[in-house]
Amino acid sequence: MDLLRLITCGNVDDGKSTLLGRLLHDTKSIFEDQWEAVQQASVRRGDPATNLALLTDGLRAERERGITIDVAYRYFATPRRKFILADCPGHFEYTRNMVTGASSAQLALLLVDVRNGLTEQTCRHAFLASLLRIKHLIVCVNKMDLVDFRQDAFEHVRNQFMAYAERLEGLDIQFIPIAALTGDNVVEKSARLSWFDGPPLLYTLETVYVGNEINHVDARFPVQLVIGPSDAAPSFQGCAGQVASGIFRPGEEIMHFPSRQCARVTAIHGPGGPVNEAFHPMSVVLETDPPLPLARGDLLAKPNNQPTTGQEFESMLCWLSATPFDPARRYVLRHTSNAIACTITQVRYKLDITTLHRNQNALPLAMNDLARVTLHTSAPLCYDSYRKNRQTGCLILVDAADNTTVAAGMIL
Amino acid sequence: MSRLHLSQIDALEHEAIHILREAAAQFPRTAILFSGGKDSLVLAALARRAFAPGPAPFPLLHIDTGHNFAETLEFRDRLARELGFRLLVRTVQDTLDRGRAVEETGANASRNALQSVTLLDAIAELNFDAAIGGGRRDEEKARAKERIFSHRDASGHWHPHHQRPELWNLYNGRKNPGEHFRVFPLSNWTELDVWAYIAREKLPLPSLYFSHERDVFLRNGTLLAASPLLPLQAGEQVSRERVRFRTVGDLTCTGAVRSRASTLEEIIAEVAAARQTERGTRYDDRRSDSAMEDRKRAGYF
Ligand SMILES: Nc1nc2c(ncn2[C@@H]2O[C@H](COP(=O)(O)OP(=O)(O)O)[C@@H](O)[C@H]2O)c(=O)[nH]1
Repeated sequence: MDLLRLITCGNVDDGKSTLLGRLLHDTKSIFEDQWEAVQQASVRRGDPATNLALLTDGLRAERERGITIDVAYRYFATPRRKFILADCPGHFEYTRNMVTGASSAQLALLLVDVRNGLTEQTCRHAFLASLLRIKHLIVCVNKMDLVDFRQDAFEHVRNQFMAYAERLEGLDIQFIPIAALTGDNVVEKSARLSWFDGPPLLYTLETVYVGNEINHVDARFPVQLVIGPSDAAPSFQGCAGQVASGIFRPGEEIMHFPSRQCARVTAIHGPGGPVNEAFHPMSVVLETDPPLPLARGDLLAKPNNQPTTGQEFESMLCWLSATPFDPARRYVLRHTSNAIACTITQVRYKLDITTLHRNQNALPLAMNDLARVTLHTSAPLCYDSYRKNRQTGCLILVDAADNTTVAAGMIL
Repeated sequence: MSRLHLSQIDALEHEAIHILREAAAQFPRTAILFSGGKDSLVLAALARRAFAPGPAPFPLLHIDTGHNFAETLEFRDRLARELGFRLLVRTVQDTLDRGRAVEETGANASRNALQSVTLLDAIAELNFDAAIGGGRRDEEKARAKERIFSHRDASGHWHPHHQRPELWNLYNGRKNPGEHFRVFPLSNWTELDVWAYIAREKLPLPSLYFSHERDVFLRNGTLLAASPLLPLQAGEQVSRERVRFRTVGDLTCTGAVRSRASTLEEIIAEVAAARQTERGTRYDDRRSDSAMEDRKRAGYF
């Protein structure tokens, strides 16, 4: 059994909660006591039927206001796969929430109400999925029951979407007609959608090939911490970390950054003992000969495939904080295992994610804004472009005064 | 399983180890909250692995309600010794004796909420920057939005609506003196994942988790252990049953389930077929729909 991380998105009322409730229910991931609590809460609120959305609205303020305001994580499993689903609310603070949920997702489920077709919100979500380099996008054309399960209604939405999606890169897009409320084509193939020759949604989720979105070519190993000698192992020195990309094997030559010193990997220790190869997302300890001048924040790569090193680079930035960007404030950049002082030297343009129009009047960067910026760090950083390498191309900015996470960046 | 691909349990293990190492790297002083329950056992085992061949740079911290099952305490001491952890214990009784909190009264009184006071006092006294907990997002709705690095203000409070967004595998542990973090390496595990890991790694468990005979009585739909700490109320009757516990906490509010599962494999089969959440057997979570959220805001585990 393997793991698939996914995100749900779509307009408010296009049926996200209903679909999620159905997936949880039909995979038997809802327990009786949770179900009873939701039933009771629905009665108290005066809802006409058991309100599946209550199952996923976790915090009291949300239940009271009837809206979801933060990313929540849900778990369900079938005999084939375990799913970790980031449930991103559709309205309030949307871009911020979707960027957060999408950062770790391998697949996005985008819901579209078949009656409304493509909306601005749908385009924004598809664009963000592509920007965050989610490989797989499944467009669920929902509420097919309300258009008598007509094929032309589905085709219309698909054609609209394909016309828009031409502008997006890197996405593998599939379309599935469903009715989340009645369960058509969610878990079981629906007789009412017999013209559709693809499998139902859950089967697609269980079988979609993931793993090809991981970079297994460019070997990168950020040093998370150094494991030094101890009573148990008086002469041990190794570096612990999570492989960001590529493959490391004992016997191979590696290059240490920033020293550019080379060494041979003598052993790789996984959680359960020595391993013959390490790849993303494995957490391992590398031993080298000769020992290297290691510190947290360093990077190991290979002599014939090196990262870019520099102090100034371009990045797309999504502003996450309610406090706008302020050049007078100090920011700390976190990238792999590094934390380093950083300034935004230029805001090149803000991107309107509905029209993809570039606005060059450098207005202040505020929450949910997406901009292309130039970043300058106080010391050199080893990185790759996000397009090439999600792990060594992503960063966050932290406000040095109040310590909050204010922006997410993707290096260009 | 294809090459260059991890099974889900391996993926979760590698993720948890990354988080544990990140906690060690970002916080000078960190403790593992250890109850002797299965989640904290898994944490301790993962921490051993994360820093091998060196020692884990964390002590274990147990907040003792004074309402423990004897089996749990004995197990706790043995495990800390065998895995080579320093064990720190702070007691709710001491918190009460020093007048820092007042015992709940009444039939359904519990020390569960009081643990938060003892825990926050211990974090302040021992000057911890972070406390690593075994909380999982699948346990309870309020937890589904909890961050992996979860900030606590200087009074130890959680602000669910002002959490830092958490992206990729970048964790922001910056804080001011006096504030602390809770770190949850098992966030993405489900109850079944924890059991599967225990079985795969053959981790020892307290006997309470396995089917045994015990004197129990029914209170508001929860099967509680007969104990001098729980005086019987009118109409309640003790009977001897074959039971086991799905969580091992405060015995005054931890419910038993009737079960014949006496091996890990049987327990896993039972958990997989279960129709109740494991917290559903916890009496205090049933008090209100937002009981957990309220406790968490106040600094609960
Ligand atoms: N007829 C019909 N209604 C649906 C379907 N899916 C969702 N709905 C309804 O659409 C409304 C909004 O759904 P909800 O799941 O709350 O949308 P969300 O805002 O995206 O989470 C609710 O009244 C649902 O019952 C569907 O397949 N068919």
